[in-house]
Amino acid sequence: MKYVNKIRPSVDGKGLMMGKPGYTDDLADINSLIVKVLRSPYPYAKILKINKEKAEKLDGVECVLTHKDFKRIPMTRAGQGYPEPSPHDKFILDDHVRHIGDEVAAVAAADNETADKALALLEVEYEVLEPVLNYENAYENKIIIHPEPEIHEMFPIGFEPKKNVAAAYMMNVGDVSKTLKECDVVIEESFYTQAQAHVMMEPHTANARIDFQGRLVIYSSTQTPFHVRRILSQTMEYPLSKIRVIKPRIGGGYGGKQCLHGEFLVAAVTLRTGKPSKIVYTRKEVFESTFSRHPMRFDIKLGAMKDGTLKGIDVEVLSDTGAYGEHALTVFMVAGSKVFPLYNKVDSVRFGGKVVYTNHTPAGAFRGYGAIQGNYALESAVDMLCEKLGIDPIEFRNKNMIKEGETSPIFAIMGEGTEGTAMNMESCKLEYCVKRGTELIGWNEKYPKKVMADGKIRSVGMAIAMQGSGIPYIDMGSAMIKLNDDGFFNLMVGATELGQGSDTILGQIAAESLGVDPDKVIIYSSDSDLTPFDTGAYASSTTYVSGNAVKRTADKMREMIIEEGAKALGTPVSETDFDGSSIKSNGKKITLSELSNRLYYSEDQKQLVAVESYVGTKSPPPFMAGFVEIEVDPGTGKIELIDYAAVVDCGTTINPALARVQVEGGLVQGIGMAIYEDVVYSSSGGLITNNMMNYRIPTRKEITNMHVEFADSFEPSGPYGAKSVGEIGIDTPPAAIANALYNAVGVRIQELPITPEKVLMGIIKQKDKE
Amino acid sequence: MKTKINVNGTMKTFEVKPDEYLLDTLKNSGYVSVRRGCDTTSCGVCTVLLDGNPIASCSYLSCRADEHSVTTVEGIPEDAALIADFFGHEGADQCGYCNPSMALTLYAMKRELKNPSDDEIRTYLVGNLCRCSGYVAQHRAIRAYLEVE
Repeated sequence: MKYVNKIRPSVDGKGLMMGKPGYTDDLADINSLIVKVLRSPYPYAKILKINKEKAEKLDGVECVLTHKDFKRIPMTRAGQGYPEPSPHDKFILDDHVRHIGDEVAAVAAADNETADKALALLEVEYEVLEPVLNYENAYENKIIIHPEPEIHEMFPIGFEPKKNVAAAYMMNVGDVSKTLKECDVVIEESFYTQAQAHVMMEPHTANARIDFQGRLVIYSSTQTPFHVRRILSQTMEYPLSKIRVIKPRIGGGYGGKQCLHGEFLVAAVTLRTGKPSKIVYTRKEVFESTFSRHPMRFDIKLGAMKDGTLKGIDVEVLSDTGAYGEHALTVFMVAGSKVFPLYNKVDSVRFGGKVVYTNHTPAGAFRGYGAIQGNYALESAVDMLCEKLGIDPIEFRNKNMIKEGETSPIFAIMGEGTEGTAMNMESCKLEYCVKRGTELIGWNEKYPKKVMADGKIRSVGMAIAMQGSGIPYIDMGSAMIKLNDDGFFNLMVGATELGQGSDTILGQIAAESLGVDPDKVIIYSSDSDLTPFDTGAYASSTTYVSGNAVKRTADKMREMIIEEGAKALGTPVSETDFDGSSIKSNGKKITLSELSNRLYYSEDQKQLVAVESYVGTKSPPPFMAGFVEIEVDPGTGKIELIDYAAVVDCGTTINPALARVQVEGGLVQGIGMAIYEDVVYSSSGGLITNNMMNYRIPTRKEITNMHVEFADSFEPSGPYGAKSVGEIGIDTPPAAIANALYNAVGVRIQELPITPEKVLMGIIKQKDKE
Repeated sequence: MKTKINVNGTMKTFEVKPDEYLLDTLKNSGYVSVRRGCDTTSCGVCTVLLDGNPIASCSYLSCRADEHSVTTVEGIPEDAALIADFFGHEGADQCGYCNPSMALTLYAMKRELKNPSDDEIRTYLVGNLCRCSGYVAQHRAIRAYLEVE
């Protein structure tokens, strides 16, 4: 392969480094009205009255919007395909507020200062209601968070708002109770995972204007421009054909920008005033009023025989979706469907539970999407089981984990909100990943621990993980390639570049198929008027789904070039070939540049355009093994990261440098969730970690050493053998670090994050026992 | 109040409010590469150079920059392009939102520190947060940039 599996700099990196305008707010109309939102100071309240007269009379205020200005149309901001697997339980503005930071009213004014003054002039009378702040008490609580009659599910997802249940699910393979009874060893443990904030560097932002054709143009920092267009149209009852959504460069998303946030309000302001408008979230709003990761409780039972054969997995999950049910069911299901097939040789599996509402900031999509939560629970429990069995954790995993050519019944049963799709693992190099990982970390020399001269303890721990490559039969990507005079191409894709490098790797795939230098393929992505449809950047779909669409399109363009070349040369198509620069047949040749100039200026004139689409019929999982070395200070409980070795099977890496940094970046977000990051609320429901001083993401001082490698793997259904790689990196750190900590000091932390306080308390408790 | 600031080598006069921050003055004057990330001087995305030293423009009053020189990334195109090449080779540029501020801080570091150790580099850049890259690819690129004479 000439251009695939090759390092190339990203197509936009240099321009962005040099400060070229490209992000949503760079492109806002200079005369945009500033839209700001009055947000709820209460976790749960009914709005009795909003007096907006004073604000409206303020000079420079153009528009004040309350729930009375919108028709009551229930929707979901989840940013998913249609019909959504999330309940329609949200209104653009409502007469109830359900978390601190929920929208009460919006103002649009000529400048920032006037908008702030207008917010201060709004008089709101609330009936403060008692909130539900602990998700373990939410189910069938007498306080009902969503009593409103209009809300509904789009298809059965277990939605029971009267019981505070946003979604529920249960699946069975075999009879797990019977299996566990027959096992020699059974462990039963609970694990808690916390919420996590995305902390993308660019806050959520959107702007709107009416263009010269009278159409509504929205620029949005979104991962799902086509879903934004559809949901805006449905919710505002404004024709889809009159909306154009443009996704410019995005300053990070990680799932946080799959959902819709500012788009409704700028659209409403611009449609009402006819003037351009923009909203830029404050960092506090990003923390309080967008989404974070679903906190979950796992009650897990594992049963095995003395010889180390895992026989049964029984998991009950309780997930906290916060005030609204965005991604409630699907994140919950991924905590099972992209975790438990790892151990595919079991006789039986049961996975089920509920997703409940609380009066906290809503949960939504976040890289890992349930898999990181489930992975922490399962891979911690596996180490605990190994200890009870007296079996080496790597030997246990090698014996029980999924291997190439195998399958798991879970694939057919569980999809994302729907039934799944049966598939065999045509590419699965997990055994290699584990073997190579042990070498990279020096497992045999370091396991389980070593006491250093200063009393600190170094130890190693590991976990294995899987993810997916898009949602089969749902996620669709498409591409269009246009040949230009002089012989270069435009590649138009709906796929959403959000910093992960999708524009670059899709260009590489097209170049490989066409046989031309990637510099001759000019990519343009994510503009609902100009690019073909794509569901968007989520569910690890871009490389696999959109990549396959691009490959098909480029293959078709290649055929069209050969056909036109044969016509120009007067040779049979079957005897004509295109080598990337010339079309040749029987000693005759015409360069691509000559052919295209002929097509556009002189003979047989016509425009060559190829369009193709791709919908996955399966979701081949990327796999990985993550190995960590830590140093624990038993005097303080502090954990220092010494090294992280990750060996990943994502099939072919289209661009090895970009793939590697996808994994490295994912690892650091996973490490953050494991030991540094926590979303903390006060007892009255206020978010304490609502700024970047209180919410601590890893800095470059903590992350000094990582080794990421890729297994030599080829996925037959993927473009040039590729699977997706966007999420897999995040999954292993919580379990690997928890396991390493246990190996160091014998303290098992079953509630993330693993803070020095918890570690030290564990050490003290242990000493007390002794 | 009138404030004279030399921006990227050109003396400019800005009409600023007494409580206006340099980030807003620059952004409102079309320097879009200076970006806002956090509101609490925590993330480093708004970094510019004041007389050659990196500062957080989100918490620096514009009037204090009177008669000083300010450099945004547009003022160091050759170095920004060079840094971009090293970042690009490592796949470290990712979303790019914080990269103009990274380029400016690196540019200043290269002039301030002679043969810095890995730890000195990390300490110098610790205020430039990145949520995409995981830092180690950036570090590889930074090492390569520092080797250029």
